[in-house]
Amino acid sequence: MTARVAGFGAAALTALALLALVPRLGNAYYLALAISLLQYTVLATAWGMFSGPTRYVSLATTAFFGVGAYTVAVLGEILPWPLVLLIAAALGAIVAGIVGLSTLRLSGVYFVIFTFGLTELIRQLVVWFEVNKSRVLGRYVFVDITQADIYWQLLALTAAVFLLGWLIARSRLGFALRVIGEDETVAKHCGINTTFAKVALFTISATVMTLVGAIMAPRWTYIEPSIAFNSMISFQVLIMALLGGAHRLWGPVLGAVPLTLLFELLSARFPNTFTIILGCIFLLIVYMLPRGVAGLLEKLSTTAGGKTRQRATA
Amino acid sequence: MTNAILTGLMLGGMYALIAMGLTLQYGVARIMNLSYGEFLIAAAFASHWLFTGWAISPFVGLALVVPLAFVLNFAIYKLLLTPLVRRAPNRDALEVDSILATFGLTFIIQGSMLALFGGAYYSYSFLAFPVQFLGETVAANRLAALGITILLGLALYAALTRTRAGTAVRAVAVDPFAAQLVAINVPQASALTFALGGALVAAAGVLVSTFLTFSASSGVVFTMKALIVVVMGGVGNMLGCLVAGLALGLSEALVASYVDPGLTLAVNFALFLAVLLVKPAGLFGRATR
Amino acid sequence: MSQGSGTPVLTINGLRRAFGGLVAVNDLSFAVAQGEIMGLLGPNGSGKTTALNLISGVLRPDAGTIRLMGQNIAGLASYRIARLGLARTFQLVRVLDGMDCRENIKAGLAFQRPHLSAADAEVRIGALLDRVGLAGHDRRPAADLTYIDRKRLELARALAAKPRLLLLDEWLAGLNPSELAIGIDLIRSLRADGITIVLVEHVMSAVRALCDRCIVMSSGRKIAEGATADVLSDAAVVKAYLGGVAADA
Repeated sequence: MTARVAGFGAAALTALALLALVPRLGNAYYLALAISLLQYTVLATAWGMFSGPTRYVSLATTAFFGVGAYTVAVLGEILPWPLVLLIAAALGAIVAGIVGLSTLRLSGVYFVIFTFGLTELIRQLVVWFEVNKSRVLGRYVFVDITQADIYWQLLALTAAVFLLGWLIARSRLGFALRVIGEDETVAKHCGINTTFAKVALFTISATVMTLVGAIMAPRWTYIEPSIAFNSMISFQVLIMALLGGAHRLWGPVLGAVPLTLLFELLSARFPNTFTIILGCIFLLIVYMLPRGVAGLLEKLSTTAGGKTRQRATA
Repeated sequence: MTNAILTGLMLGGMYALIAMGLTLQYGVARIMNLSYGEFLIAAAFASHWLFTGWAISPFVGLALVVPLAFVLNFAIYKLLLTPLVRRAPNRDALEVDSILATFGLTFIIQGSMLALFGGAYYSYSFLAFPVQFLGETVAANRLAALGITILLGLALYAALTRTRAGTAVRAVAVDPFAAQLVAINVPQASALTFALGGALVAAAGVLVSTFLTFSASSGVVFTMKALIVVVMGGVGNMLGCLVAGLALGLSEALVASYVDPGLTLAVNFALFLAVLLVKPAGLFGRATR
Repeated sequence: MSQGSGTPVLTINGLRRAFGGLVAVNDLSFAVAQGEIMGLLGPNGSGKTTALNLISGVLRPDAGTIRLMGQNIAGLASYRIARLGLARTFQLVRVLDGMDCRENIKAGLAFQRPHLSAADAEVRIGALLDRVGLAGHDRRPAADLTYIDRKRLELARALAAKPRLLLLDEWLAGLNPSELAIGIDLIRSLRADGITIVLVEHVMSAVRALCDRCIVMSSGRKIAEGATADVLSDAAVVKAYLGGVAADA
């Protein structure tokens, strides 16, 4: 077991080292594509970290991404970069904590409704604040961050997310979340503080999403609320996580990589009907692959090998 | 002040009508329909097209759009949602599946409307003259819409409480399993109720289009408001719908005229949270055993 | 029969809960002594399950106190009550279908304070599997178990928490005669471990075999309490059952 973990760790480190070399290729197109791939990998994995085990569908990815991006738009020029990231992360955590504490002690519907409207709510509040208080709508982002910097930061965040996810899955918190996902009533009667567990994980996941938004912000030179809070991100991340299979830590990446590439292609070729195509792909996944690629792989491996279902959480 | 209250009540009546269809879909057919607002906007576009293209009055338009929406929603339930109902082992699983499926549907409908009409705001001028009402000046189209809303609400209430089919629908809302035992065809009742909900939101869409500007991406906000009203009033509860709708409309109108029109959604959420913190089952919701 | 000494494990006083106009539990009071098996009887809809839900924190009482080992737990969150030494099973058996048997039991003990070491937990889980008759099913997914084995697993999960008080909601319902005999023996053996039990049950042979004392509820109220044999022959109880059936139909 420990040997397997060590081997896995070594392989992961090697992959990380190789991936870190991508900016050295000197090809701007590949670098941009690699940034997109990492962005969606982190977002989908973070989404799955919470929604996978608990089966609470969060539609608020954009809200957190936008909080991060907009924080950079406001503070990017004033404060040193690490501090900006820290503030963004803290803001994301606070918003997630408020949403989580007010809705996650109730049934899942309230959470869905709240997350469904959260993006629009925060966008309206930001617009209101900018129009009435700061009197600017739209800001220029002048920070000294190159595309390669963005890439490396995202790569580090990707590694951190997988490490964190792996640690949580092995922890008591991770087990608690699996029990909650199976049966919340039983979870409570086993002595699990379900509200705490859900809010904690939702906050962790949302903080990661906020960081992605902050890291990505310098990619745009100009940010306004409608760019930062673009609901398509929530939708794409949801599709990717579901295609991959959110019940496994490594699931969402299986959806994020192919779909990022596909969406890149589709949005360039069919800009007007892109949303419709996306909706159709999504419905196909919901109907045909309810447990995602990860679920399919598990099914294949159990039927092929005839062995007992593998239970280890990635 | 009276003007703000009157505006709020008219708006609230509209919200109540909008939410009534959703409370049927969610309370009876158990479908959490996130694409609900898209159907409203689609009906608004249909009415706009009929009025500007064919000079057909929205009141006549209602007679065309509403039956069409009923048939369309019936088909959607039968084709798209029945497989989910069949495969769901329990209510929670159906909820997750219906959330996902209708979320996908949202983007398909919204994308289609964007492709057809672009992102611009639409409106048309129908009954756009001021009239005196309760000592205040209001637009005739709003008043007409309110009148029809009240008629529709009363008709629905009568249908649910006075007819056999209505009693069946209410029985399914309370307990689908027990309803089956007293020989109610639950799948059929669910499909018809879902379609009825779709017809109601289409009616709301036609009415809204007579006095509000709308765009292909306005649907989400209407979905949001309908969801808030339904949950605030207590899922499946008509009276709750009315009270919550009025409360939402009033608070919006008051905040818009005295604080800032840009904060209406924030008010919606604040009201929603306040109700949930005090009465998690909604104003008129029954606590479950 | 065995009447324990000291503070009762469970003391309920003036418990009340209404759903709208329906008073499901009305002014319910009783006490359960250490080591006792107490039967909670009554026709369907008489408020037994509501009473269990109030005790275990699924529902909040409108009024009244519930003392577990002297501490008032009325209105506490379920997880807190669980950590204070109360475990339960459910009327419709609830196991964690997506997990194997070991994990199901682990769920019962992993969140109790103080936390066990991983090695100790494994030993306990193995012992519990043996105890309920699921030895060898360690890695079997709970979804693949038969009905009685699911009941066994649910019981093992409840026992994993080392409860002082165990609530069994129709745990013996739906078992065939030979399974019933096994079940009765199993529950009886728990008393030897010092576990106090409150059970809701319709299987009268099991009630006679297991319960030291019984309470009978009807329309939310307690209508009889006493030694099992006395209670079951009580005229009011017989009437409540027969009358209750007629009223329910």
